[in-house]
Amino acid sequence: MRLEFTAEYENFRAEVRAFIRENRRFTAGAWTDVDGRPSVAAKRWQAMLLERGYVCRTIPKQYGGFGGKPDALQSYILDMEFAAAQIPRGLANQGISMLVPTLLEHGDAEQKATWIQPTISGEVIWCQGYSEPGAGSDLASLTTTAREDGNDFLINGQKIWTSSAHYSDMMFILVRTEPNVPKHAGISYLLLPMTTPGIEVRPLATMTGRSEFNEVFFADVRVPQSQVVGRRGGGWNISRTTLQHERGMLGDPGRALQTLTAIAKFMHTETVNDVRLMDSPVYRDRLLRLQARAQAMQFHGLRLLTHAARGEDPGVARLIVKLNGTELNYDIYAFAVDLLGEIGTLYGSPSPYLKSKGSWQTGFMFSLGLIIGGGTSQIQKNIISERGLGMPREPKPATSS
Amino acid sequence: MEFGLSDDQRMLQESITRFCRERITLDSVRAQCGSGSCRDPALWQELVELGIAGILVPEDAGGAGLTLFDAILVCEALAYTAAPVPYLGSAVLAPLALTRSSGDWQDQLRQIASGKLQVGFGLTEAVSRREDAGVRPQGGKALFVMDAAQADALLLGTIDNQLIWVDASAADVQPLATIDQTRDCSLVTLHGQPGTVLANGDRGAALIRKLIGVARVALAADMLGSAQAMLDKAVAYSLERKQFDRPIGSFQAVKHLCADMAAHLEPCRALTWYAAHSHSAMPDEFALMSCHAKAHLAEVGSFVAKTATEVHGGMGFTDLLGLHYWFKRIGFDRQFLGGPELVRAEAAQLQGYC
Repeated sequence: MRLEFTAEYENFRAEVRAFIRENRRFTAGAWTDVDGRPSVAAKRWQAMLLERGYVCRTIPKQYGGFGGKPDALQSYILDMEFAAAQIPRGLANQGISMLVPTLLEHGDAEQKATWIQPTISGEVIWCQGYSEPGAGSDLASLTTTAREDGNDFLINGQKIWTSSAHYSDMMFILVRTEPNVPKHAGISYLLLPMTTPGIEVRPLATMTGRSEFNEVFFADVRVPQSQVVGRRGGGWNISRTTLQHERGMLGDPGRALQTLTAIAKFMHTETVNDVRLMDSPVYRDRLLRLQARAQAMQFHGLRLLTHAARGEDPGVARLIVKLNGTELNYDIYAFAVDLLGEIGTLYGSPSPYLKSKGSWQTGFMFSLGLIIGGGTSQIQKNIISERGLGMPREPKPATSS
Repeated sequence: MEFGLSDDQRMLQESITRFCRERITLDSVRAQCGSGSCRDPALWQELVELGIAGILVPEDAGGAGLTLFDAILVCEALAYTAAPVPYLGSAVLAPLALTRSSGDWQDQLRQIASGKLQVGFGLTEAVSRREDAGVRPQGGKALFVMDAAQADALLLGTIDNQLIWVDASAADVQPLATIDQTRDCSLVTLHGQPGTVLANGDRGAALIRKLIGVARVALAADMLGSAQAMLDKAVAYSLERKQFDRPIGSFQAVKHLCADMAAHLEPCRALTWYAAHSHSAMPDEFALMSCHAKAHLAEVGSFVAKTATEVHGGMGFTDLLGLHYWFKRIGFDRQFLGGPELVRAEAAQLQGYC
């Protein structure tokens, strides 16, 4: 066990800190435009980070990346230093985190040359067209079809949970192109411009009262068949790559401890019946329970990092991250709301009594969305038990369409 | 940065685990516990020969001179097979206490390493004093003194924060039968205060707190090993046991119970490692981390103990299957040296929250 980094990595950390110190002034100002797209400042920051390999480190140079080797410890140091400095980590969107890795693995030369560089620079924004009202956990049952019409496909159907669709340039979409084969074999992965006629984006209001997501409707949307990534009917396997990356994104154990620190801070000042919240042994006990869980998850993350740096598969240890992270996050926000009591139910209008602009309340609700999205906790438990513990897979239904 | 076991630690863990799994069976545990005293002297002797009694004894006294982290890897391995041996007192607490005490304890350390000297320890009253127990200058009772039955010497914490070393023959040692028959607990009565003072005043208080922290991390590792055993058995059972024409492990409800256990338990490994590692590497963090490890493993351990038993259905409730030996080991570990609420309260205090 050696928690210190070697001189090589400490030098790297020093470089990163120097970069942050010398350049953090470029992170001032609005980060998104009114429409939600990255601002000029955000794109300039991304360019600065790309140049140093602080983002998109392993993407080949020919596509605008840094062309570096994967280094889990360098990635970790970058994440920690940027978080500590409280500055943006670069552009974070589905195009960069999901589409680009997919193209690198499955795209043809033209697709890679066309899309990777503009995506990682923030010029081209993507949204993900996967889930449908009738196909969430059972994504393979999707019914948005792409029927052949000359050299094109005509797309009809509906996607849901498409965050950023209202300002995206492109969509990477899973559609059913092969009608008479088993469901997993009939899906293709397509690249689709959002300006194509026949696409309608409608905001999807959620329980938070905001519309963080959209529904997208397709009526005879025409796309050339050349826009398939990989082979026709091979979209299901290709999407597996992408979902692997998404699962890595959800669940940040370092953040849980930070949130608890913020909670402990307001426990020191807020009172109920003239008693400081922190002076209540009952609330303190609950804080300490959450702290232990967050601490365990943070150390667990370091253990996984070590396995990643060694190129080892830690088995079940890796499969529990999304489940634990999202459930812990929810429990932390639930605790914050409980601490605030009735004040924790204020919402929707400005009030002198509202704490932290209602962010605890919003976070409490949104954190439930994070438990459900990206693979529900129940799906996670299926994966953990099947792939982690070797238990039998869910039985197939009697007939499969 | 490497958050994990060194090659030496992996080898240590593998060798003790392999030995225990080959040498200790449920029948052997049941036989030892059935005799009313949880001792297996032959087993202990074989473990001594593997070097575990001297694991924390300095090399110049014939020990391995290793760290608490190494010592608790052994705890986990022993717990996995519910080994009925007096490891905690003799091999973990005694060497750490003696090497931090004034005076010459080389002979005793040597004897500990060779397995010839066994040591019990009583720190319960420094954590949760009940029933008017406590060793005072004029004597008194110490409850839940561990590993005292076969001990040659006892390490005891007194009411006024002295750590004393008492020859076992100078104490009245009566068995206290607890739910965990694989561990040995006693009621120790002293008349007056015989023995040697290892530390007193502020040093005594600090050393007692340190030993409590050490014991708590060892208990966390014990809960980790016990819970892992119960989880592994639950999964294995679910793949064998058929009801409604299929293995019960193919039902989603059962799969999810096992997934819940794995998800709760796995991060406990990293937490326990960190707490153990902090003893030598980040001593300022040790007190808090040992509290977190003990309290959190108690909660997770209890959850796994209950859930794994349920996965075993009716068989889990029987004596025949013997699953209860681990349920009870976890149950004892949860309470000993502070249940989770008490320990969390201590952790809050350490952080200046109250």
